[in-house]
Amino acid sequence: MKQVWNIAKRELSAYFDSLMAYILLILFLGFSGFFTWIYGSDIFYIKQATLVPFFNIAFWTLFFFIPALTMRMLSEENRSGTLELLLTKPVSNWQVVMGKFTASLLLIAIALLLTLPYAITISAIGNLDAGQAFSGYFALLLFSAMYISIGLFTSSFTKNQIVSYLMALFIGVFFQIIFGMLSMNAYGFAGRLLDYLSVATHFQSMTRGVIDSRDLIFFLGVSFIGLVLTEAMLIKKRFA
Amino acid sequence: MDIVVENLTKSYGTQKAVNNISFKVKTGEVLGFLGPNGAGKSTTMRAITTFLNPDEGDIYVGNYSIKTDADKIKKSIGYLPENNPLYEDMPVIDYLRFVAEIHEIPRADIEDKMINVIATCGLEKEKHKKIGELSKGYKQRVGLAQALIHSPEVLILDEPTVGLDPNQIKEIRELIKKIGRQKTVILSSHILAEVEATCDRILIINKGKIVADGKTEDLRKQTQGKQLLKVRIPDANMNEAFEALRAIDGVVLVDITDKEQRIFEVQGDHEKDLPRAVFETCVKNNWVITQLTPVETKLEDIFMKLTSG
Repeated sequence: MKQVWNIAKRELSAYFDSLMAYILLILFLGFSGFFTWIYGSDIFYIKQATLVPFFNIAFWTLFFFIPALTMRMLSEENRSGTLELLLTKPVSNWQVVMGKFTASLLLIAIALLLTLPYAITISAIGNLDAGQAFSGYFALLLFSAMYISIGLFTSSFTKNQIVSYLMALFIGVFFQIIFGMLSMNAYGFAGRLLDYLSVATHFQSMTRGVIDSRDLIFFLGVSFIGLVLTEAMLIKKRFA
Repeated sequence: MDIVVENLTKSYGTQKAVNNISFKVKTGEVLGFLGPNGAGKSTTMRAITTFLNPDEGDIYVGNYSIKTDADKIKKSIGYLPENNPLYEDMPVIDYLRFVAEIHEIPRADIEDKMINVIATCGLEKEKHKKIGELSKGYKQRVGLAQALIHSPEVLILDEPTVGLDPNQIKEIRELIKKIGRQKTVILSSHILAEVEATCDRILIINKGKIVADGKTEDLRKQTQGKQLLKVRIPDANMNEAFEALRAIDGVVLVDITDKEQRIFEVQGDHEKDLPRAVFETCVKNNWVITQLTPVETKLEDIFMKLTSG
C-alpha cells in the first residue's frame, strides 16, 4: 500500500509539474460548466434542479480527457528507459500499475470535487435529490476508473504517447457507443451481452440514482481486466 | 554479498545475446565487464538486476535466486542502467527522495541519506534544478546517487562514465574504488583504460560468451607469454647485429622493423633477462644502444585478440 502511494505521489507531482493537471482541470470545468449552465440542454432549459445535464456532459469530456492523462504514464517510461529503473526497485509490477492508476483517479476525483459548487448552487435554487447526485458522482468515478485502466493498458505497449491516446480512444469508443448501437439491432443473448457491455446502460441507470450490483460489477470488472492486462504487459518485458 | 551466475542463457528471437555464461563475484571485488558493443554485457546485468528473466540458468545474489526471491534481491542492488534513464522533469532532490521512499528507507533516515549521497556525488549546487536541465555529467551523478542512496551491498553499473569529462571520470572512478572495498561491484565498459583503472578483475565477453576471466595482471601474462624488446643500434652493420641478436640465449625471434634507423624487435622467453643479454652483446661488439624499450602487451591487444574474428 505504501509503495502504491509512493508511486502515486510521484505521478501526481508529475501532473502538476508539467501543467497537465491544470490544463485538464480548467478544460474540464470550462466544458462541463458551459454545457451545464449556459448552452444546449442546460439546467435552465430543462427547468429541473438536477445534476443530470452535468453528468451527461462529463460522460463525454472525461471520455476524451482521460486518455490524455494516461497516455504518457507508461509509454514515456518505455521510451526513456525509466521503466527498467523503476522495475528494478523493490516494487512489484502490480504496485507500479496501481500507483499510476491511483494517481490518475485522484486527479479525476479532484476535478469532480471542484464541481461540487454546481451541486450546492442547484440545491439552492431547487430541490436537489441528494441520493441521485451522490450516485451520479459515484458513477463518474467508476466510469473514470474504467477508462483509466484502459488508457494505462494502451500506454503499456507503446513508446509513443499519440499511439497510446488513439488506441485508448479506439478501445473506448466500443464501450462508449458501438456496443450500445449494436445492441439495438441484436436479440437474445447477443443483444443482452452487447447491452451489458455498453457503458451508457450502466451510467444512465446510476445517474438516475440506482446503484445496482450489475453496474458495479461491470465498471470494476472492466477496470480490473485493464489493470491485469497492463501488469501482464510489464511482466512480458522480463521475457522479451 | 556474492553474486553467482550459473549457465545464464538469454536469446532475443533467434539471436543468442548471452550463451551459457557462468561466473562468480565475491564481496569487496570490483568486476569489470568488458566487451565490444552488443556482446551481451547489458543483458547479463539486466538479468542480475532481475529486470530480464533468463531463458536458462540461474543467478544468485547472496543466497537468493532471481527466480524465487527477486523482491529481496532488488532491495540490496543499486543499479545504473545503460543510458542512465531519469525522470527529466523532476528536481534532483525530489527524485532522490522518491527513490529513497521506494526503497522503504525509514522516514527519519531519509534526510541523512540524501545529504550523504548528495555530498558523495557532488550534487550540492544542482540539487534544486530539474534533472532535464543538468549537463550530462551531472545527470550521470544523479544516476549514481539514486543507485547509492539505500547503501546497497551490490552495485551494478552499466557504462558509468560515458559522457563525462576526464576530471569527472577520475572522480567517479575513485568513488567506485572507494565503494568497491566493502561492496560487490560489477561495472561494464568498452573502454579498456577504465576497467584497468578501477577493477580488480576483468571479464571479457564476446558474442555472448566469456573469452577471458582473471586479474588484470594475470590476463596480461596469460596472453603475453613472451617478452618483446625494441632495440636501436645505429652504428652496427645490419646483418652482423641481426646475427648477434639471434645468437643470444633465449631469443626466439628477431625482426628488423626499420632498416634506416636500425631498429630491431627482439622476442624472447619470459624467464631470461633479455634486456641484460642484449646490452651485454652490444657492449661486446662495441655497439652503442640508443634505444632499448620493453614493449608491453597492452590490454588493448589482448582485447583485440580475443574479440576479433
